[in-house]
Amino acid sequence: MTTSLVHTRGVGLKQATRDTGIIVKRNAMRNVRIPQLVLFATVQPVMFLLLFNYVFGGSIGLALGDAYGGKYINYLLPGMLVQTALFSSIQTAVGLTEDLAAGVIDRFRSLPIARSAVLAGRTLADMTRTLVVMTLLLAVGFLVGFDAPGGLLRTLAGICLCALFGFSMSWVMALVGLVVKTPEAANSAGFLPLFPLMFASSIFVPPETLPSWMKGFASNQPVTVLSDTLRGLILGDEFLATQSRSLSELILYSLFWIGAIIAVFAPLAVRKYRRTVS
Amino acid sequence: MSTAAVRAEGVIRHFGDVKALNGVSIEFEPGMIYGLLGPNGAGKTTLIRVLTTLLRPDAGTAHVAGVDVLANPTEARRRLGLAGQSAAVDEFLTGEENLHMIGRLYGLSKRDARKRADEVLERMTLTDAANRQVKTYSGGMRRRLDLAASMVGRPEVLFLDEPTTGIDPGSRIDIWGLMADLVDDGTTILMTTQYLEEADQLADRVGVIDDGILIAEGTADELKDEMGGSIVELSVRDADLENTLGALTSALGAGISFDAGRKLISVPAPNGPLELMAVSRTLDAASLIPTQLEIRKPTLDDVFLKITGNGESASTAAGGES
Repeated sequence: MTTSLVHTRGVGLKQATRDTGIIVKRNAMRNVRIPQLVLFATVQPVMFLLLFNYVFGGSIGLALGDAYGGKYINYLLPGMLVQTALFSSIQTAVGLTEDLAAGVIDRFRSLPIARSAVLAGRTLADMTRTLVVMTLLLAVGFLVGFDAPGGLLRTLAGICLCALFGFSMSWVMALVGLVVKTPEAANSAGFLPLFPLMFASSIFVPPETLPSWMKGFASNQPVTVLSDTLRGLILGDEFLATQSRSLSELILYSLFWIGAIIAVFAPLAVRKYRRTVS
Repeated sequence: MSTAAVRAEGVIRHFGDVKALNGVSIEFEPGMIYGLLGPNGAGKTTLIRVLTTLLRPDAGTAHVAGVDVLANPTEARRRLGLAGQSAAVDEFLTGEENLHMIGRLYGLSKRDARKRADEVLERMTLTDAANRQVKTYSGGMRRRLDLAASMVGRPEVLFLDEPTTGIDPGSRIDIWGLMADLVDDGTTILMTTQYLEEADQLADRVGVIDDGILIAEGTADELKDEMGGSIVELSVRDADLENTLGALTSALGAGISFDAGRKLISVPAPNGPLELMAVSRTLDAASLIPTQLEIRKPTLDDVFLKITGNGESASTAAGGES
């Protein structure tokens, strides 16, 4: 046999794309076959949306005054979309650890496929699910009075940007999953970094009232930047007038964060994947 | 000159203080079933993981089908198939979908992947269940599907880690038959097992691994010959035990042992029937009547216990399993 002379260290970009597509399809089929995955991913943000709107909406609404049609839901919904992207990303960690435990990752690693395909296939499929969940959340929002002052098109653009953010966070969670290795640990470890990002942000309230030491972090961290960009798109000029950044600056800042998170965490996750022993 | 199906030299892999592999060398030709036999924690799975590119060893070299798995893992992956200890198939996909996906990942077109999936399903007698989600499969069916998945890429060397652990005897015999068919078609198989009977039945060569070292190797018959012929086994009533041991020792000399767990006296019988007759004459002369008396060929159990040095306490455990 002369085949030992053939030297193919890895696979090309074309094959990596193809392999990723096949694994996206597999994970997407799981999402369809296990309705609980989409159901619970939707119920949670819907519950948050309704609770926050009806419990805090009254008092926060007073502070907001007549802005945004006097409806807290208009301010809240863009933030809830970002929160949905954050929470859904945890499923990336959980799903990966489930595959590890079942030996599926070993099978994939014994196949002649691109090393990045398993993770990319997972994060992309999770992004698709997040898009579905955000659309459902938007529908519930409309039912309880959200009126998308910026128009439907800009709302949809906001959702797409938010899905990209969820995709970037999925790479963080892929790394978390590969480090902690069990589904239970993935669930708790995944939430940890999300809490400060969620609460020290503009998801629920404008960050003006935060203590000054927290404000610097809060007004520049990705969740606030994304929430404000979504508000700029969805609420339009009335919101932008209150901001120091213009809409295009906000969009660029969002894209910067998305790109930076992917640039740091995707290589780390792939590197960890190559070394992971289940 | 033929290329060895598997050739590994001086493979070492430690996990912290645990010396999972402590310098294993192994080499065998294509077209056979190689049985890697060892107790839990002996290093069987670690060796499989090194050979299938899942784990880098701390030292040593490994080639599968002539390809260096450390220098050229992607090429090695094209030539090997792996079925690990857990059935690594997707519960929520059908059997056909699972295999189709694997075929696609091997680079087959959609059509070829479907064709290959159907072939392999038929071979594993899963055609009737092809369009059912795997969560409805029995344990034996899952194993067969997992085996099917490892065959999709037409591997030259197939690695099966305890392929029949935890499944019912009927399914075990099915899987044995399928493995024999694969070898007839030119596939080489390296399988690990804790079941000596399985290695005896299936493997053309047997390697015994313990504490991360390959401690014996050969055909099952060669290993058994090392035991030096047959064994006479008998049991007596507890009250007669001491007298029996005394009478046999003075008549036949050393080498007689008693397994307290199984209550069996063993007498080495290098000349077979001669020792059996001597035992019965001795018992008769002492008016002792055995409750059981038989002569048998050594099994791999005997070999295994002798070379792993696990002694009599272990023999009761192994005896209960086979």
